[in-house]
Formats: sequence, C-alpha cells, structure tokens
Amino acid sequence: MSHPLATLAELRRALDRGEVSSLELVDAALARAEASARSLGLFLGLRSEAARDEAAAADARRARGALRSPLDGLPVAIKDNMLRQGEPTTCGSRILEGFVSPYTATAVAKLVEAGAIEIGRTNMDEFAMGSSTEHSTLGPARNPWHPERSTGGSSGGSAGAVAAGIVPGALGSDTGGSIRQPAGFCGVVGLKPTYGRVSRWGLVAFASSLDQIGVFARTAADAAWLFEAIAGHDPRDSTSLPEPSPRCSPDLDGDVSGLVLGLPREYLVEEGVDPRVLAAVRAAVSELEAAGAKLREVSLPHTRFAIASYYLIATAEASSNLARYDGVRYGHRAAGAQGLTDMYHRTRSEGFGAEVKRRILLGTYVLSAGYYDAYYRKAQQVRTLVRRDFEEAFRGCDAIVTPTSPEVAFPIGSRTEDPLRMYLSDVYTVSANLAGLPGVSIPCGFAHDLPVGLQLLGPPLEEARLLRLADAYQRRSDFHLQRPPEPA
Amino acid sequence: MSAAPHPDYEVVIGLEVHAQLRTASKLFSPAPVTYGAPPNHSVHPICLALPGVLPVLNARAVELAVRIALATHCSVHERSVFARKNYFYPDLPKGYQISQYEEPLASGGWIDVVTQDGDGSPGTRRIGLTRIHMEEDAGKSIHDPAIAGDDATRVDLNRSGVPLIEIVSEPDLRSPAEAAAYLRTLRAILRYVDVSDADLEKGHFRCDANLSLRARGAAALGTRTELKNLNSFRFVEEALEAEIERQAEILDGGGRVQQATLAYDPGTRRIRVLRVKENADDYRYFPDPDLVPLHLDTGRVERVRATLPELADQRRVRFQEQYGLPDSDARQLTEGRTLADFFEAAVAEYGPPKPVANWMLRDLLQALREQEREIDSAALTPQAFAKLIRLVDEGRTNARSARSLVGVLVAEGGDPERLVRERGLGSVSDSDVLESAVAEVLAAHPDHVAQYRAGERKMLNFFMGQVMRRTQGRADAGVVRAILERQLDA
Repeated sequence: MSHPLATLAELRRALDRGEVSSLELVDAALARAEASARSLGLFLGLRSEAARDEAAAADARRARGALRSPLDGLPVAIKDNMLRQGEPTTCGSRILEGFVSPYTATAVAKLVEAGAIEIGRTNMDEFAMGSSTEHSTLGPARNPWHPERSTGGSSGGSAGAVAAGIVPGALGSDTGGSIRQPAGFCGVVGLKPTYGRVSRWGLVAFASSLDQIGVFARTAADAAWLFEAIAGHDPRDSTSLPEPSPRCSPDLDGDVSGLVLGLPREYLVEEGVDPRVLAAVRAAVSELEAAGAKLREVSLPHTRFAIASYYLIATAEASSNLARYDGVRYGHRAAGAQGLTDMYHRTRSEGFGAEVKRRILLGTYVLSAGYYDAYYRKAQQVRTLVRRDFEEAFRGCDAIVTPTSPEVAFPIGSRTEDPLRMYLSDVYTVSANLAGLPGVSIPCGFAHDLPVGLQLLGPPLEEARLLRLADAYQRRSDFHLQRPPEPA
Repeated sequence: MSAAPHPDYEVVIGLEVHAQLRTASKLFSPAPVTYGAPPNHSVHPICLALPGVLPVLNARAVELAVRIALATHCSVHERSVFARKNYFYPDLPKGYQISQYEEPLASGGWIDVVTQDGDGSPGTRRIGLTRIHMEEDAGKSIHDPAIAGDDATRVDLNRSGVPLIEIVSEPDLRSPAEAAAYLRTLRAILRYVDVSDADLEKGHFRCDANLSLRARGAAALGTRTELKNLNSFRFVEEALEAEIERQAEILDGGGRVQQATLAYDPGTRRIRVLRVKENADDYRYFPDPDLVPLHLDTGRVERVRATLPELADQRRVRFQEQYGLPDSDARQLTEGRTLADFFEAAVAEYGPPKPVANWMLRDLLQALREQEREIDSAALTPQAFAKLIRLVDEGRTNARSARSLVGVLVAEGGDPERLVRERGLGSVSDSDVLESAVAEVLAAHPDHVAQYRAGERKMLNFFMGQVMRRTQGRADAGVVRAILERQLDA
C-alpha cells in the first residue's frame, strides 16, 4: 500500500492499478486518525462506519467501471463548520451540542457527488474565530511537526490532518487567513478561492462578507482537483459568482515565464517578521525568478489599516450571525432559567467560549448607535481603499508574493492571554479577505525546524494562475515532500 | 365620536402600514406562504434560521413591491439595500429581521384621499408618502395558556419570512377620519394592482400611527407618540381620538407629552403606554452581507409599469370624460377594480352609461351589501344586468319588479327575461285590461275626477296609484298614463 503521505494523484493511480482499494485507504485514514486522536486532537468526530460503507460502494463502482470522478473513493476530511444531512456539526462549540443538520452544504454535496469519502470532522477554533485551533470544546489541535506547537487556525484540524498524512485532502474555511495560516504552519498547500467562488450555503457563518470555503492538499495539483470539484455558481448563495467551476489543472505545466510577481514594499520589511521566515520567502521568490518569473516592487499603502478594519467588520457581522444561537430552536439551552432574558443569558454564557464572546461584544459595540459611523462605516471605507490598492498593484503584476505569516507555528497557549498579538498573526492574510481575492499558501522552507508558508495573492478569479505558480515552485522544491515525525 | 376639529390644537398624524405581498413563497425562502396551516408546517431551514442557511430574494415579491410603488407615484430607486435589524425575540429566529433601512426600494410618492372638509363637504387631499420598503415578517409567539400551557410560550414560524412592504406616509394627515380614509384608499390601491389581499382579519394589512399636537398656527411639530398594531379601520379612528384627548389634556394642564410607544385597547377604549422612548431602541442596523444590493434598472421598472392596470384615479377621470358621469358616480364606480370592470362590460352591452350607473349604485350595491358579497363573487353577469335594464326600458317589466330581481340575480344568476316570466313580473300593458281598470278607478272616484277637470292636474298621480294597486303594481306606467289622460280629457 502507498505511503500515507501520498498525494491524491498518487492514490488515484494506485486505485486505478488495483494496488489498493478505497476501503483500504479509508481504513488506513481512520486508523491514523484514531491513533493520533490523543496526541494531535485533529478530529472532532469520525464517520468510521459510514465512511467504510461509502468506500465499499466506491470500490463497487470502480469494479463496474462507473467512477463518478477522479476523486471517487478517495478519503478527505471536512472542517466541522460545513453541514451534512443527518450528521452533527458543532463548530467546536458547546452551543451547537446535539444539533443534527437536516441538509447538506453545497461544497460537501459536491464532494460527495464526486465520490470523495469524508472520514470525519476536523477540529477548529469555535465558530472559526481564532488563529490557533485552541478555542474548541475538544481542546487544542497539535501541530504534527511539533506537538507543543499550534496548527494555526481556525482550520487547524484540516491542515494538521493533511500534514500528518491522515488524508490527502481536506476542506477548510478562510475568513481572515484561516486556511492559509494553518497551511503555512503545518507545511501543506492551502487555497482560499475568490470570494463567491465556492458556495457558502451550509457553511456556518462567521463573517458573511469574508468567509470562503477552500481546500488543503499536499500539492498544488491536488488542490486544483479539489477546488474544481467544489467551485461554481450556486443559486442558493446570493453572493455566489455567476462563473462556472474553473478548470485549473491544464494550467499546471510548470511554465511561469513572463509572469510578473509583485513584491509589496510594505510586507517584506524586517520589522515584525521573523528574519528566518523572511529569508525562506526571499529564497522562494528567487527560485520562481529562476523559473522565469519577473519581479517588481508594488505598494499596498493601506494594508497597515487592514487588521483594524478586518476585526471591526468581522466582529460586527459575527455579532449578528451568532444571534440565532439563542436556545430557542436547537442546540444548547441552559437549564433552570427564570424567564426569557435569563434563558438567553445563561444559554449564551454557557454555550459560547471566551473568544467568541469577546468578538460578539466587540461586534455589538461596533454596530451600536453613535459608534457605527466611527467604526463600522469607517472600516468599510478602509476596505474599499484596500481593494483599490490591490487593483492598482495588479495593473503592474500578475500575482503578489508575501510570507503567509510573520512567524512559524507558535507554542500552544502562548497567545491565548494576548488576543491582540494573536490577531496580528493575520497581518498578511486578512487583506485578501477584505478585497475578496484568491490566495494560496505553499510550503517554502523551514525555520526553527518548523514549516514556513509562502503566500501568493491574485486578482479575482485567477486561482489557476496562483496554482500554476505554486505548482511550478513545487516542481523545483521538495519542502512539500518532507514528512513530520511520526506521532508518539 | 366627535369628528369636529380640535379648537386649540392642530392634529398631525403619520401612518406606517405593513401589507403582506401576495406571493406563493416567502421573501427569502422557498417555504410556501399559507394561512391557517398547522404551526411550523410552512417552514424551511431558511425561515428556521438553521446554521449555514442563506437568504435568496424572491423576484415576484420585488415585482409586487415595485407595482405598489408605481401605483402610488413613488420613484423606484435603481439601487436599494437590505439591512439587518438586530434584536432578540423567540419568534425572530435569526436574531435579526431583514428589512431596508438607509436605502429603501422607493420614496417620494403620494395618494389622493377623499375627505370631509370642516363643513362636511367632500374634498380631496394629497397625502405624501415618505418611503416604501420591503421586509420580512416575524413568526408568532403564542402566550395563550390554552395552547401553550401554563407558564410557557410557543413559537409558530409559519409567518416567519413572509414578504411585507412597509408604506410610510408623511405627517400630512390632520384628523382620525382622514387617517381612516387614507387607509381605506391605500388598501383599495393595494387590491387594485393585485399586490396584496390586504385582508385585515388575516393580518395582511397592519397599521402603526404617529400622532402629535401643536398649537394652531405653530410651525414646529409637537412631541409625537406611536400607536402600535391598529388592526381595524374603526380602531384606528378610536385610538387616534383617544390619543388626541390624552395629549390635549396633558398640554392643557401645561405638561409635556413624552415620546412613547402606545397600545390601544378596543375593549376599554383606553391607551396604554408600552414603553417610554427615553433610551431609543438600538437595532444596530447594517447592510446584510448575505445579500447583494437590489438593482432595478429603468427597463425592469418600466416592464412592471406596463403590466399595471389603469389606476383608480385615472379611471375615475376617464369615466367622467368618456361616459359623462358626475364625479361622485365615477368615484364610487372606480373604488374597486372589479366593480369598474362590471360597469364597463354592462355599458358595452347596454349603451347609455347613466342608467347603468344608476342601477348599479342604487340597486346592485344595495343587493351586494345585503348579501355581504363583493361583485366578483356575485352570480350576476354584466350581460344579464344590461338585459334587465332593457326589459324595464321596453316596458316588459317595471322598475319595482326589476329591482326585486337584482338580489335574486346576484345570489343565483340566471336569465332576467325568464325570471320575469316565471315569477309573473311581466308588465300588464294589455290595453283592454288597463282601459277597464282605468274606467273602474274613475267611476269609483267622481269627486277626484271633478277636481282634475277643474284644473288639479296632480290628481293624475292619485289615479295612477289606484290603477297600480288594482294591477298589483304590474301595470306599465306609460300605458296607464296615456289611457288616463285620454279618458279624463274625453
């Protein structure tokens, strides 16, 4: 059987050659997930029985020559904020305990339609609010490269599950960097598509104008496969773009000659960045230059306001999006309440964790009469300026290169007492969400024995261009082939 | 109830009407709009606010909202924005209502309302409309212990997400009667253009009223109070009268009216203060990021305009010009679209408009009132109605008999000619029968005949009455008159 760190493409070939069955792949994935449950904490729930049944069905389809897609029979993991009919979804929150969804998220439905087999639900920061996957009912997810280090977040479970070789691919969601930052911390590929590319129907909302479902994989080519499977217009999401699902895979030919990479003056400065991270990123840029890409300095002058703007908009939307968790219709309801207001207070006090409460309070404040103009409206104005910065920059380049994060995976528990410092770790990623742009993080080296992520940002709908660059880089590097130590 | 204007204060009223749009499904969800379905049966994950659901705007609701905006002379904005109005309540599943706030669908319209002037004569007042916007309804909280059990509240989300339009008037109304007339007119327009059933009993048409008083001649507006949920036209008038009295008493005593939200109890006819608006509610409105701004280009608006029926006020003017009807006739006939349609169909069949109008406004409307029917549920066709009038013209029945048949036709339909025959209502115009009846009457009243011949011509009516009596009212009046005159003058 293939090595657990095989890619989707390799496993596809092994299946096609009859070297392995779907059931064996799923069994192996489940076994690794179970074995690492205590040491890594990457999964909130496993679909052991259902996944095996589905694998057997996929094997039967292959035997009949009736495969649904190249993904048919391949195991994947899904962040626990995308609904699946008949199954629980908790978003890592106590407030959703007992909730079983009566419907399926579009992205999940498309993967199921393609035959991919979901082995389980990955750990995440509660309601995707966080950059460390520590704020979860399960406790922290641990980085396969170092168990005392964070996976990053909020999609840390999905990033870690791919890094640990449990699954070759996974779905995550990215509101301010929640795919790219953990991908960087865990040394895997993480793609956040253009806002509106992947339907949000059935994705539990954190911040509606920023949330976007995306994918984790070991290679850019695998990421392209998964992305193609879940993207495309969905009439159930009014913010869904009218474009059909893109075909990226044909673009991955290793040729990047003539593509211009923009290096933002404001991002590639020593201040606030781990110099070893910066060194790895610069080396990767040189590698792409050697492959034929051209370099040009660009400016994104408003990015220094991006974090502030992001946290105002995201918390404002979150405060409203999370109002529905009121104990009335589903999920947790506090016992022993005296009247309606008391029931609300107790339910939400018990049901939400500290970080979620912090953001609800902040968002409520931001939208309050008398503060709206100073905070929310101003943040939207900044958002427009950030978007214009990118439009201007992309007149002179095809993609923008930055570190994914200013540092490598930080120690678990090191940031929980200092939320502001945690927020600042999103400094390179949030702008893409504010502007609705696609971004990808790929492994580009190591610093302090931990992976470093390179971020590529592109104009709207140019995921294929980003994946072409990422693929070309991976053809010339081997960081994505490195294996984390086996879990103890 | 006093309809006279208050001697010291000018009354200033503005109304907010919520009308339910006539759509098959909800504003942002495919759940059907029903009435009387078992609780929580007309629902979908979207109206239950399950995690992960997203709203999708109902295009038909937009079209209906544009219709009423155009019918009330509003300008429809090229861009409008749905916003979230945030508050916690068990029958509000998302914890926010999707409404329009800073950028509504339409603004700046008006409707003409027929009012009684101070001297009681009818007049028309043009009432401005501030804005029209779309929003979703909330569910229902049921506190009734018989249903919910003691100490519990049940929530029914069938109504959650039902499409509404809110129509906000300028503070142009000057009396409770005017407010009621405005509401009646607005409801008629909503029905005229098929936008809403506007059935008050089903909660399709709900009204909140803002009222303030100011000293006559003062320019600045007084402090206003808001009366919530006035669900009948009568209660609107009563509640506003009661509130005028309450505010006037406060002002008379040198006090100041407090800004407040009020409820009117029709049982006790008293005003109750729900909450004082010292600290105004903070709904934390912001644009709903799950919805894109609604763009309505001129082309789309004009396509909706092209499907609008002729509006009541346009039709009234046309009825005056085309049919030569007096203003009051034209107004009554065009109040409802189906009534006006009936009139035009009957005139097409019959010919001269005025007799049709007279028969409709007198006899048909009375029959409809008696049977508590609308014209579109009556069995009477315009063709049969025209035929009935023609039978009278031709002397084949008389007006009294025909009148008695209108009710029958409204209830049961049928052919007027056959009804006249079957019910023995045909006119007696046989001259032999009438000649002898006249002769008998004249022979029985020699004194009256003498008076007539001495010049008291009005005696003729007396003889007519007598002949009618002898023929049970079925005699053709024209023939009788001719015979009488001939015999008397002989």
